Amino acid sequence: MFLYYIALPFIAAFLLFLFSRSLSKTFHTGWLVAIVPFVLFILFLTNSSEISEGQPVASLTNWIPSMGIQLSFYLDGLSLLFTLLITGIGFLVVLYSVFYLSKKENLIHFYIYLLLFMGSMLGLVMSDNLFVLYTFWEFTSISSFLLIGFWSHRARSVYGALKSMMITVFGGLCMLGGFLLLWVATDTTSIREIISQKEELMASPLFMPILLLVLLGAFSKSAQFPFHTWLPDAMEAPTPVSAYLHSATMVKAGIYLVARLSLLFSGSDLFFLCVSGFGLVTLCWGSFMAVRQTDLKGILAFSTISQLGMIMSMLGFGSEAAIFAAVFHIFNHATFKGSLFMVAGIVDHETGTRDIRKLGGLMTFMPITATLAFFGTFSMAGFPLPIFNGFLSKEMFFDASLQTASPSGLARQTAPLFPYLAVLGSIFTFVYSMYLFFGTFRGKVQLHQLEKKPHEAPFGMLIPPFLLVCFIVVIGVLPNLINERLLAPAAGAIAGNSIHIHVAFWHGIKPPLIMSLIVVTAGALLFVFKRYWEIIYRYLPGKLSADKAYQAFLNRLLRAAKKITGSYMTGSLSLYLAIIVLFLVCVTAGMMAVTGGFAFSTADLSPVKWPEVITGVSMLIAAVATIFMKRRIAAVIVIGVVGYGLSLLFVLFRAPDLALTQLIIETVTVVLFLLCFSHLPVMKPNSKPLRSRVADVLISLAAGTLITLVAISSHSSKWFQPISDYFVKTSYSLGGGKNIVNVILVDFRGLDTMFEITVLGLAALGIYGMIKIRLRKKGGMEQ
Amino acid sequence: MSSWFENVVTVCLIVNCLSVLLLVYRVVWGPSSADRAVAIDTIGINLIAITALVSIRLNTIDLHDVILLIGILTFIATVAIAKFLDRGVLIDRDRN
Repeated sequence: MFLYYIALPFIAAFLLFLFSRSLSKTFHTGWLVAIVPFVLFILFLTNSSEISEGQPVASLTNWIPSMGIQLSFYLDGLSLLFTLLITGIGFLVVLYSVFYLSKKENLIHFYIYLLLFMGSMLGLVMSDNLFVLYTFWEFTSISSFLLIGFWSHRARSVYGALKSMMITVFGGLCMLGGFLLLWVATDTTSIREIISQKEELMASPLFMPILLLVLLGAFSKSAQFPFHTWLPDAMEAPTPVSAYLHSATMVKAGIYLVARLSLLFSGSDLFFLCVSGFGLVTLCWGSFMAVRQTDLKGILAFSTISQLGMIMSMLGFGSEAAIFAAVFHIFNHATFKGSLFMVAGIVDHETGTRDIRKLGGLMTFMPITATLAFFGTFSMAGFPLPIFNGFLSKEMFFDASLQTASPSGLARQTAPLFPYLAVLGSIFTFVYSMYLFFGTFRGKVQLHQLEKKPHEAPFGMLIPPFLLVCFIVVIGVLPNLINERLLAPAAGAIAGNSIHIHVAFWHGIKPPLIMSLIVVTAGALLFVFKRYWEIIYRYLPGKLSADKAYQAFLNRLLRAAKKITGSYMTGSLSLYLAIIVLFLVCVTAGMMAVTGGFAFSTADLSPVKWPEVITGVSMLIAAVATIFMKRRIAAVIVIGVVGYGLSLLFVLFRAPDLALTQLIIETVTVVLFLLCFSHLPVMKPNSKPLRSRVADVLISLAAGTLITLVAISSHSSKWFQPISDYFVKTSYSLGGGKNIVNVILVDFRGLDTMFEITVLGLAALGIYGMIKIRLRKKGGMEQ
Repeated sequence: MSSWFENVVTVCLIVNCLSVLLLVYRVVWGPSSADRAVAIDTIGINLIAITALVSIRLNTIDLHDVILLIGILTFIATVAIAKFLDRGVLIDRDRN
């Protein structure tokens, strides 16, 4: 059943592709596309009552049964929350994009990418199978790459798309490694079955690498420190994409993964330290850096980073309250961040700039947009009023940071630090939220700086953010509205047992409230006096930014790769030959030494006679002398002695056929050498430096020694009876010939001969071709 | 085959081999290429003798082809080298 749900966006994308030409230009394609998420949203909503009663729905289709990989989809509370977010915000974003993107854009491409992304995101959050999950994970990376680079004529878009691709695919591959280890350790690919084997897995030595690799994947996807650097660059995407992918859905894939596997990992100190530690660092760094941005979307990008860090850290805390708060904040963040991105898009659309230094005082021009932004920013800041859902989850966050799950060892010692970090990050969150709102909508109007005269956005563009803001307010006023139906099942799915927490605005004067008040006071003070302390940004990020680290890493990598390749790919054949021979010698000698392959035995030797010795000595002298010849003709004549000596040896060892052939080949070779000499330049003395000449000598000596040793060893170890007796016996009776060599060549092993003939034929054709083609070319040039 | 005949053949064989060895000296240290060419031609002649002696000793006629072939091939090789030394090319393009 779920297979069809997930297939729906893919099918819709395919249909869009098929009918792209016949779609009329009179109405916006987005209207058609909006049907898909809407239908899916309704479908998932109908499932919600079963799930809130604690009955997960599963569906299973075989894919690669031989490897135990099934398209197994599973809808529990956590998946339901995500599917509703994906389809619900997907619907709003498509609606928004209808008004945002003009019909001149390449809309078919845009919506195909968007539908692909939606389908893969749905698949990701519903997969129960590790490898299916990974497949959809990479699908989201690819479709996100396509969406970020949608305006591919802009260099910044291409850069951002490439960067996000590199970082998320790097994380995805790490995660695949972790999944493979999980598979090896548990022998199953189903996530539910893996979680049921938690005890054995915790004891396994593979636990730590699995944990680290999977977290690496989750951190890079969810833009955690230090992998957050791709998210600000991904803001080059069209604003609907930023609102959808980079605030509500894709960047929460890593959060989803950690939440999904937290049943497996929770209780381990490493998990606690990594997830909450990195989460809090991301929270602080992201919010600190957000204050520095001047681009509206830049602020929102860093704000997303910091909010994701906050959710991540709550997942790391691991207590029931923390998990509930995390789920609550996932929902709240999607609502207010989605609406804020849309507001930023509206401002950009109606004024022509997103630079906050040029904006200001837009409240009088765009009162509705300003109101929407007011709710979004104050909810993001966690302003203590019961109409902002962000405040509720932020307070639960403070509460959770005070009561972390009882860890041991190092984790216990660092846990008391967490509330301070949480407050610090939240103070900056407050500052940039205020900065975002007041910088855009209050203050002086700078009409001359704007490209267009600002005016209120079209009605249709305001509806999607308006609906999201409705959620902010409704959840803020009535937080328990979605509690039983949506949040409790999701938190229950993460924690493994049902969690029922009553969300209330007023708890009495307790530490979380005091922390909130500190945040508001300190944040307000910092915001008011922002221009006095802004100088700190010159020193604190200074040269230390993840973007620069990424750049430096890439540059170093490219430079190192060039250097390494350049160091041995010099184009010098003699160097390549030296490397090949050296490698051969090292591997063969090493292998023989390791396996004890060298053998020496004199049992099988035949007596040596004088003629053979003298012939051998003659050949040796000639072979060595060839190296020192100054002219080519002399070298050829001297090497001819070796050839004649070889044929003499064949005669002495009673091989008349070989001797015949050897003589002919020797003579033909000499003639061929003489033929081509007239085309060669004058032979120059070896101009290599002494050191490399010595190296050449050593390498050649080593190769010669090795071959000699191998020959001796192979002669000394006779393991089987030679087959030659058979040929001697049957050459006449079977082959009908007395010349055993020839019978073997054309009868017993005729196939070899056939291909040797082929080789000769090809060589002849090749030579003919080379000569002819060269001549024809020459003729062509003359014409 | 009587033993003194066999001894004569062996001695001839060794003497021929030694002459090859001495010719190698001329080939390697020969001052000019012409010296080398003559020496390698002579080595070919010695090869004929050695092959004949070996076929006597082995009491076989299978090596006679080799003897004839060496005669032809050393001639060809020597002519080729001589022509190369004389003109620098083996095949003249313009034959008029």
